[in-house]
Amino acid sequence: MTAPTAPTTIDSDEVFTVEAGGTTFELVCGLEVHAELATATKMFSGAPNRFGDEPNTNVDPVTLGLPGTLPVVNERAIELAIRFGLAVGAEIRPSVFARKNYFYPDMPKDFQISQYDQPIVVDGSIELPGGHVVGLERAHLEEDTGKSTHVGGDGRITGAEYSLVDYNRAGVPLLEIVSRPHVRTPEQARQYVAELRAVLVAAGVSDGKMEEGSLRVDANVSVRPVGTDALGTRCEIKNLNSLRSLGRAIEYEARRQADLIAAGERVEQQTRHWDEDSGRTSKMRSKEEADDYRYFPEPDLLPVTPDPAWIDAIGAALPPMPAARRRAVADAAGVVLPDETVALIVERGQDSQALDAITAGADAARVLVHVSQNLAGEGGASVAPDRLAALIALETSGALTATQAKAVLAEMVGSDATPEEIAAAKGFEAMDTGALEAMVDEVIAAHPDEWETFRTGDDKARGKLTGFFVGQVMRASRGQADGKAVTDLLRRRSGA
Amino acid sequence: MGESFISAREVAAGVRAGEWTARHVADEHLAAVAERDGEIHAFLHVDPDAVRAAADRIDAAVAAGDDPGPLAGVPVALKDNLCTRGVPTTCASRILEGWRPPYDATVVERLVAAGAVVVGKTNLDEFAMGSSTENSAFGPTRNPLDPSRVPGGSSGGSAAAVAAGFAPLALGSDTGGSIRQPAALCGVVGLKPTYGRVSRHGLVAFASSLDQIGPFTRSVADAALALDVIGGHDPLDATSSPSPQPDHLAAVDSGVDGLRVGVLSEMLDMDGVAPEVVARVREAAEALAAAGAEVVEVSVPAVIYGLSAYYLIAPAEASSNLARFDGVRYGLRVDAPTTNEMMVATRTRGFGPEVKRRIMLGTYALSAGYYDAFYGQAQRVRTLIARDFAAAYERVDVLLSPTSPTTAFAFGDKTADPLTMYLNDVCTIPSNLSGDPAISVPFGTGGDDLPVGVQVMGPALAETDLLRTAAVLEGAAP
Repeated sequence: MTAPTAPTTIDSDEVFTVEAGGTTFELVCGLEVHAELATATKMFSGAPNRFGDEPNTNVDPVTLGLPGTLPVVNERAIELAIRFGLAVGAEIRPSVFARKNYFYPDMPKDFQISQYDQPIVVDGSIELPGGHVVGLERAHLEEDTGKSTHVGGDGRITGAEYSLVDYNRAGVPLLEIVSRPHVRTPEQARQYVAELRAVLVAAGVSDGKMEEGSLRVDANVSVRPVGTDALGTRCEIKNLNSLRSLGRAIEYEARRQADLIAAGERVEQQTRHWDEDSGRTSKMRSKEEADDYRYFPEPDLLPVTPDPAWIDAIGAALPPMPAARRRAVADAAGVVLPDETVALIVERGQDSQALDAITAGADAARVLVHVSQNLAGEGGASVAPDRLAALIALETSGALTATQAKAVLAEMVGSDATPEEIAAAKGFEAMDTGALEAMVDEVIAAHPDEWETFRTGDDKARGKLTGFFVGQVMRASRGQADGKAVTDLLRRRSGA
Repeated sequence: MGESFISAREVAAGVRAGEWTARHVADEHLAAVAERDGEIHAFLHVDPDAVRAAADRIDAAVAAGDDPGPLAGVPVALKDNLCTRGVPTTCASRILEGWRPPYDATVVERLVAAGAVVVGKTNLDEFAMGSSTENSAFGPTRNPLDPSRVPGGSSGGSAAAVAAGFAPLALGSDTGGSIRQPAALCGVVGLKPTYGRVSRHGLVAFASSLDQIGPFTRSVADAALALDVIGGHDPLDATSSPSPQPDHLAAVDSGVDGLRVGVLSEMLDMDGVAPEVVARVREAAEALAAAGAEVVEVSVPAVIYGLSAYYLIAPAEASSNLARFDGVRYGLRVDAPTTNEMMVATRTRGFGPEVKRRIMLGTYALSAGYYDAFYGQAQRVRTLIARDFAAAYERVDVLLSPTSPTTAFAFGDKTADPLTMYLNDVCTIPSNLSGDPAISVPFGTGGDDLPVGVQVMGPALAETDLLRTAAVLEGAAP
């Protein structure tokens, strides 16, 4: 069967570079993510798809590849693949399962059923919170393998005393998501995986738990001299178990390849293993040693040709994805993307709270500050939108200072009292202008030297001493003064 | 001779009517097995106590006033590549010796649900790869009509069991002729249904896109009854046809008046097809014409490439299907220092030479750089054959041809050169490639007084036309 075609790179505002031997090399990276699907049963049988159970309990004759068993496609897995495809704006195509043949003890049939030249999801893209867009080449369905534990000896399959195999994971549905080589910095790689995870979770496709292996990442890394177009020879990095590993491994590998080229050597196409402790990658196998998988169409399964009406229905039921949610918050708040506060609010799932408060008439900038900074506790810390709007109204009218508003908001979480009631109970009352002026004058009188410097000094000195005087007034008022009003008074008194 | 030589329908009718007991029928057949299977070696496994116990359950149902079903008390023999819960299933291979499946094949469930009593598991060429049953790891089966001859294969044990009166019904699998050719050589009826008509769930796969389960019987009506029981959609086989089954048995006696019959000219002209076999096919055509059919000669040009395409596609799929026999989970394990060496040692000792030959052939055909030239090209030929058959079925309802080029041959005659053996299936392979149904029905004998089988082929799901044509030939046979 014919292998899929090679993709091209795209420009990025930021590109990670490495200096070696007087040449500047730039990073080109593509990511392959295996996501375990959140189905109740396995890809091709009714055995449970569940993590953490006793070894070899979630198995049936199909899972074990017993003679005479046949695969039957899990319709739910098809639905989840379609959901993902629609969530990333991809095309849903008729697809064909193939057999990938190689011998390995944790693979019960000694072949893996996987989509090859006709995947279900083609194209699509992921927009990162930082604004960069990473294209997706494809996503295809396949079955997971079992898990081997090598006991004794050197702990590897070749040197162990014996090996144990747990087939609970065998046959678990996987979606392999292949990006184009559009990742240009280690930070983009981390953002890509985090964003992909957010999409998978939002669409209900996967639980996205990296620590349970629900999300597994391989990175294809190459470098090339800045200003050149041809792609360098790539290495595939495996065993990237966290976002931290991912970034470190890509950086290390780019450096290693640049050094090789600078030393006049060739980068060999290899699969490499990341070692988190040593912070290095090491060779697992070269391309020449790779198996010939002898792909051919799986004769036990028919092509998958989902009804267009079904695809439409799946699309209609999809919730909005993170990128769209960021846009919605930014639009409502009048903020230009990329924006870290907006990204944070969406990442934490606080966007509907923010949007509702803005819709209820609250000042958008204050909503973003309060939601992102003062309601940070995920899930628990939420306040009804009209109440949040009422609080912000007190703040913008000058009835409460920013500091007071924050204190009131903290009390509002888990209380039915109105912001006015809480403010009154705390003794927060807006100081009248006369009282504030008297307090400022007292402070000026108490610090004549500083006042002289403030009055006659340059902008830098004034800036520094503004903080000093505001702090003094705040202390005198036990935090009830409005910092902005104090600053205005100071300026007026100095005659500026 | 007793009940051993009456049909499945008669056995069931007698049991349902209380004329005789299933236990009596079972004892009669077990006696026949005990008397003669030492010589014939149709069975790899018979458990007489289990057979009697199963028969007793049928009798108990009848005594309680329940109807055990259309196969009440009918002894059936199962090719040993059909999974039977708790009963050894070897595929006639050392690599599966001692393995007992934890589940029943769908066909086994359906037979038992219809009241059948499983007599035992029958011999075959290892993993169904062969045409003489000489490739069994446990020794060959002899042809009951002439024990110096082979019974054909790969389902030789099932064909011999029916021919010898060990059971009125047996199941086999047909990947390139493995039901029809031994049926022809043993003088019984053998039906390969349309691909997808009978569930493959529980059939140990040889070549998944070609394998199909079907019955051996001593009458065409029994074959129809068996198909009625085992056929129909099965959600456990994704390639199983969802279309509802007709009542095949009801259609058997409807004759061939007005039916358009084509004699497939290429299959009469092929090298190696004996003149006496060609003569029987022509006589069969005349018999059909005499019964009211319109008989013409029809060309299906691409069938001459069937054998070549088959010996790329079938081994390719087999190389993948048989990978799982690696010593890790079940069956034979030959210990070695590393996992990889263990797998190699297990497969080296566990598989026989013909199985190894086909695994290597298939592995090569799928290899990088050769895929298009071999596997890809073979699939294109397959499409061509299906297209040519479809064109022929615009003009005729069924096609007529020899089943096997010759009558039963002697042991060792064709084992020296694998290609000579492969040529046995030259007339049967095209139906597997197109997925269409075909039946072999005995029609006279060759010069050696051994039976000749005539093959009737038809388009997908046209089993009723095949069965009624075969029934007319059965009645007209010399």
